[in-house]
Amino acid sequence: MSDGAKHVPSILSTRWDLADGHTLGRYLETGGYEGLRRALSAMTPDEVTEEVKAASLLGRGGAGFPAGVKWGFVPPGVFPRYLVVNGDESEPGTYKDRVIMERDPHLLIEGALIAAYAIGAAQVFLYVRGEMALAQERIAQALNEAYDAGYVGQSIMGNEDFSVDVILHWGAGAYIVGEETALIESLEGYRGFPRLKPPYFPAAKGLYMQPTVVNNVETLADLPWIVSEGGAAFAALGAEKSLGTRLFTVSGHVNRPGVYEVEFGTTTFRDMLYGERYGDGIRHDNRLKAFIPGGASAPWLFEEHLDLPLETGAVGAAGSMLGSGAIVVMDDTTDAVKAAWRVVRFFARESCGKCTPCREGATWLERILRRMLDGYGRPSDVDKLLDICDNISPQITWPPKQTTICPLGPSAVSPIASAVMRFRDEFFAYCGGGEITVPVHGKAYLSTPPAVGASQ
Amino acid sequence: MTDTADTAREAPTGPSGRGSGEHVVTVTIDDRAITAAKGELVIDVAERNGVYIPRFCYHPRMRPVGMCRMCIVDIDTGRGPALQPACMIECSDGMIVSTGSPATRKAQEGVLEFLLVNHPLDCPVCDKGGECPLQDQTMSHGPGESRFVEEKRHFEKPIPVSDLVMLDRERCILCDRCTRFASEVAGDPLISFIDRGNDTQVNTFPGEPFSSYFSGNTVQICPVGALTATPYRFKARPWDLDEVESTCTSCSVGCRVVIQSSRNQVLRYLGVDVDAVNWGCLCDKGRFDFEAVDSSERLGGPLVRDEGLLLKSATWNDALGRAAASIKDGLERSGPDGLAVLGGARLTNEDAYAWVKLVKGVIGSDNIDAQLGDGLPAEAVLGLPAATIDDACRPGGTVLVLGPDPKEELPVLFLRLRHAVLNDGVKIVELASTATGTTPLAAHSLRYHPGHALHLMRALLAPTEAEDEVAGVAPEAIAAAASLLAERPVTVVLGRPNQAEGARSIAAAAKLINDAHPRVRFLSALRRGNVRGALELGMTPGVLPGRVTFRDGRDWFAGHWPTVPETKGLDATGILRAASEGRIDTLVLLGADPLADFPDRDLAERGVAGARTVIACDQFLTESVRQADVVLPAAGYAEVDGTTTNLEGRVSTLARIVTAPGTSQPTWTVAADLAFRLGADLGLESTEQIGREIDAVAPAFAGLLHDLAAPGGEDGVLVSLPARRNGETPDEPVEDPSAEPAAAATDPGDADPETTEPGPTEPGAVPGATESEASPAGPRPGIPVPDWRVIDPPLLDAYSLRLVVTRRLYDRGTLVQHSPSLAGLAEPATLRLNPQDFDRLGIVSGDDVRVTSSRGHVTVSTRPDAAVPRGVAALDANKAGGRANVLIDANTPVTDIRVERP
Repeated sequence: MSDGAKHVPSILSTRWDLADGHTLGRYLETGGYEGLRRALSAMTPDEVTEEVKAASLLGRGGAGFPAGVKWGFVPPGVFPRYLVVNGDESEPGTYKDRVIMERDPHLLIEGALIAAYAIGAAQVFLYVRGEMALAQERIAQALNEAYDAGYVGQSIMGNEDFSVDVILHWGAGAYIVGEETALIESLEGYRGFPRLKPPYFPAAKGLYMQPTVVNNVETLADLPWIVSEGGAAFAALGAEKSLGTRLFTVSGHVNRPGVYEVEFGTTTFRDMLYGERYGDGIRHDNRLKAFIPGGASAPWLFEEHLDLPLETGAVGAAGSMLGSGAIVVMDDTTDAVKAAWRVVRFFARESCGKCTPCREGATWLERILRRMLDGYGRPSDVDKLLDICDNISPQITWPPKQTTICPLGPSAVSPIASAVMRFRDEFFAYCGGGEITVPVHGKAYLSTPPAVGASQ
Repeated sequence: MTDTADTAREAPTGPSGRGSGEHVVTVTIDDRAITAAKGELVIDVAERNGVYIPRFCYHPRMRPVGMCRMCIVDIDTGRGPALQPACMIECSDGMIVSTGSPATRKAQEGVLEFLLVNHPLDCPVCDKGGECPLQDQTMSHGPGESRFVEEKRHFEKPIPVSDLVMLDRERCILCDRCTRFASEVAGDPLISFIDRGNDTQVNTFPGEPFSSYFSGNTVQICPVGALTATPYRFKARPWDLDEVESTCTSCSVGCRVVIQSSRNQVLRYLGVDVDAVNWGCLCDKGRFDFEAVDSSERLGGPLVRDEGLLLKSATWNDALGRAAASIKDGLERSGPDGLAVLGGARLTNEDAYAWVKLVKGVIGSDNIDAQLGDGLPAEAVLGLPAATIDDACRPGGTVLVLGPDPKEELPVLFLRLRHAVLNDGVKIVELASTATGTTPLAAHSLRYHPGHALHLMRALLAPTEAEDEVAGVAPEAIAAAASLLAERPVTVVLGRPNQAEGARSIAAAAKLINDAHPRVRFLSALRRGNVRGALELGMTPGVLPGRVTFRDGRDWFAGHWPTVPETKGLDATGILRAASEGRIDTLVLLGADPLADFPDRDLAERGVAGARTVIACDQFLTESVRQADVVLPAAGYAEVDGTTTNLEGRVSTLARIVTAPGTSQPTWTVAADLAFRLGADLGLESTEQIGREIDAVAPAFAGLLHDLAAPGGEDGVLVSLPARRNGETPDEPVEDPSAEPAAAATDPGDADPETTEPGPTEPGAVPGATESEASPAGPRPGIPVPDWRVIDPPLLDAYSLRLVVTRRLYDRGTLVQHSPSLAGLAEPATLRLNPQDFDRLGIVSGDDVRVTSSRGHVTVSTRPDAAVPRGVAALDANKAGGRANVLIDANTPVTDIRVERP
């Protein structure tokens, strides 16, 4: 991205550089709770919903469902209804929600209140991932401040018709609970198993079998700006169906890993990896080997995809997804087998255990790869890997088909299928099929020693 | 027959009424056009049409979860074929299903390979081998060989999850059947998934074993050998088992079972899925008390008390001779009324008929009672309009529980009620003096003061008049419960809620609601296996076989029997009282143990001791049998053929699969032999022939053999309905041939006025009686319901507590105590008191206390229990360490006790 690009407003990241951006005082000094004030004083709930629809705000959790439309699914006249904030950000490589909750927790609270106003909820359940200690602390502090100042609780901002309680809930550390129905189960105190849809679409039968809207942290954090500046202003940013700004996290072998707010749909991967303001190039000026465009469950992309815009449709057409906006960069020192093993190990551990193909298949894949890395691979293992993938996600297509209930099964397939298809030689090399050709310039992101010594 | 899914005879609709809608859709399954009800699951429709889609987690009696993914097939709903689980997808019009497409087969082989990845394949030492769905479907739908070369997942080999069930987590394929059963069906969510991913396992929670009354069902529905039952482990291979279908008689629910044996030893019972009754379930007592059949304690030959007053082995000839001589002596001394018979509720219908014919038809005595004073007056059981289990569970109805806790005494009835409450909007109103296992299901559970059931019923039927508490129940609670009773059809689950409370007030309460409520029926909740059949066949005073009164049936039976008793005889209490007064010459105990089971132990002791001669026909040397002068060993369950009648009045078959120990004989042969020695001939030669005579003679049973042999007859035939009388086959008046037989007559809105207002009837007025010449022109069945005289209980004095005595599933009963696996499950007696009463009484939890009533005293330990209201003390019947029946006086409506430190 050149410095001559049009001015893009900062919607989400304005307070991140402030040391006290998480405090109520600073938040109010920098225009905080004005969106809520405007919503309460000048807009009906329906007008708020219409504004969000006009903004074409897509859910930022990964699935990208339009937020305004989701609110509209709540059946009229059924109370109580709940807003659940999905702060169980667990996708490997993704840490945007954590930064919002740590650096600007009031923004999330304000957004949640606006959403609660729009859908008519009097209770907001804020589910924060169990491992995010600082985020939990900051959210709790912010909530106390907000209660004391009358932004949360009874008669918010003096408005007698609007009272909302926010209930904090810390997760217990399960990836699957990022799935909204599993999150609801977890909130209710049960094991985090996804519910069957139908009939348990949360909007109709969610938390405690009441209508429930589940929104991602970043999605809600966009709301104060949308309400203040108007949905049209938000929709004026971005391209195609990817409108507004969006947070992307860049990690892996770049010089400047971090969370960056960019205009959605126009910025390219090349900008994110190489732009000075973003990734600032591959470390040691190494060559790019592959990158994951949207969290660990996304199929890998390669050098030829660098000029794709960060736009949902374009990335989908290329056979992957933007997902949760997590870009993980692998340079050419990366051992594809190890990288694939590392990713699939995550999914094998995090499979909830419900569906056979995911529970057994992901672990089997992990163990075959581990065996390869240990030097006991067989050439037949390579096709076996793909065939096991095929049994979890038939034909290994994109978007994926699946033999499982939820998409966690195919998520384990993506990295392996990408790695095996693209770097087949490396896999064969581990199976006695030849030298391992990965040049080693330094440590890969794996903690174990790189692959040279493993050549059998 | 390892799997209820496989044994379901007809499952066109699922348990939750799935697919019962009227909309019909056409789907194509494997190129065949098939019509299905809208909403039916693809997996069910396919199976009904001969296409078996493999499955592990799916079970027609539980909600589908789509977990195992084995039933994945190609389903095209207009958007092109896609792999979808057949157990989750409902049929829709135009749907195209391919169960054999290459994509389907690849996916199914893939799933099976995945399932076997961590399965230990220890089939040679696995009990499930040979009847294992995983084995079978690996053969039919598997890939043939595994590509898995890694180390398999390991767990500690079988761990006990309860006293009865072992869990091998290595074999488990995590299908969620057992865990779903535990939480969804049984309501005991004590096993659950723990951990995640490949480490996912089924386990119990720390310190909380899977102590459910229904745990054995999880073993039966486990599709692999992960769950095994300790009584059966390593006992047999499935291919070595003989099997026969029969009916469980452990209680009166009458669950259909398969009895399996090997080498003349019963080794296992499995539940059979019968729509009208047990849905494939059994309780653990019914499932595991097979051990008692082969008990080493069984009597193998007759015993006769010698002059030294010791029971000594004897020949059948000597024993029967001695018995006949005693009876003859007694008849000469005091006439027919000197003979009395207690028991018979554990016998077959054929046994019962033979004994009734001997006692009433040959000897002419009417002193016979199949109940032991712990049930209800027979007129209440036989005379009130009968309901079926299905009636009770019909959507939109109210079930009024005025009887024992179904969970403890009739466990599978509890399961059916639980399903109806949770799924079909049935509401339960429970009248009980303490909270019970059924209380959590009840919309309203009213804690009435023991002895005041009639008062409470009166208030429930006229709630506006109640301004104050009635029987200890607040007027608001009465009003709320009353509205559920008033506005809906009511099924009363009627039995004896409390052994320490007189039966008459319960019977009177039942009559009251019967007279006042336009849509009420009664499901008897008497516990012993064939108590209903015994009563129907006349094992109670004043009743002749087939539910006829002396007045209606005298002429008819005089044409079939040598004699008919002149006057109504004595019931169990009357018999024991007469015996204690020396008025009974010969007391016959037919599988009865009055010392243990009669609520008033003192009277039972005096009665048994006071009878001049006691003849016992039994399988075990129970406490009462030890007092007998002649002991005749009886062949029992799984050793005799015949029929039994469940609490609904449903007759189903019993089957023999093993030989009885020693020289034990079916009980009816004893009646026939005794008759012969008394110079008469019962004319009964075989079970089949007795069955034919019942069919011909007992009006309510007319046409029974025909119906039992008809399609569906193996699931049982109702004899309790008015429509059956005089050989009218129940399916004739029913227009829809697919409807359940006599369903129209069971409709609460269509109650036969003749049953609710019994009286003299004209046989000719009965439809069918004149039309069919083959039908016998016998009297019509019907027992009048009298007005029971109820004595108001005395006021409770300030120092006393009012006693509640209830039965538990596991107690010192014969079957439990002779089944080693179950015997230890019976907890010792404990007096349960409201926590707040402890201080008042000056006792501490766990203390041994001395409990005194006007009748006797026991010393038991105590435990606080919030389920017991203040002023009430609860004690289990027939438990070790404190016999409750020592305290009870059969003459009083309630039993008050003092509790003191010893």
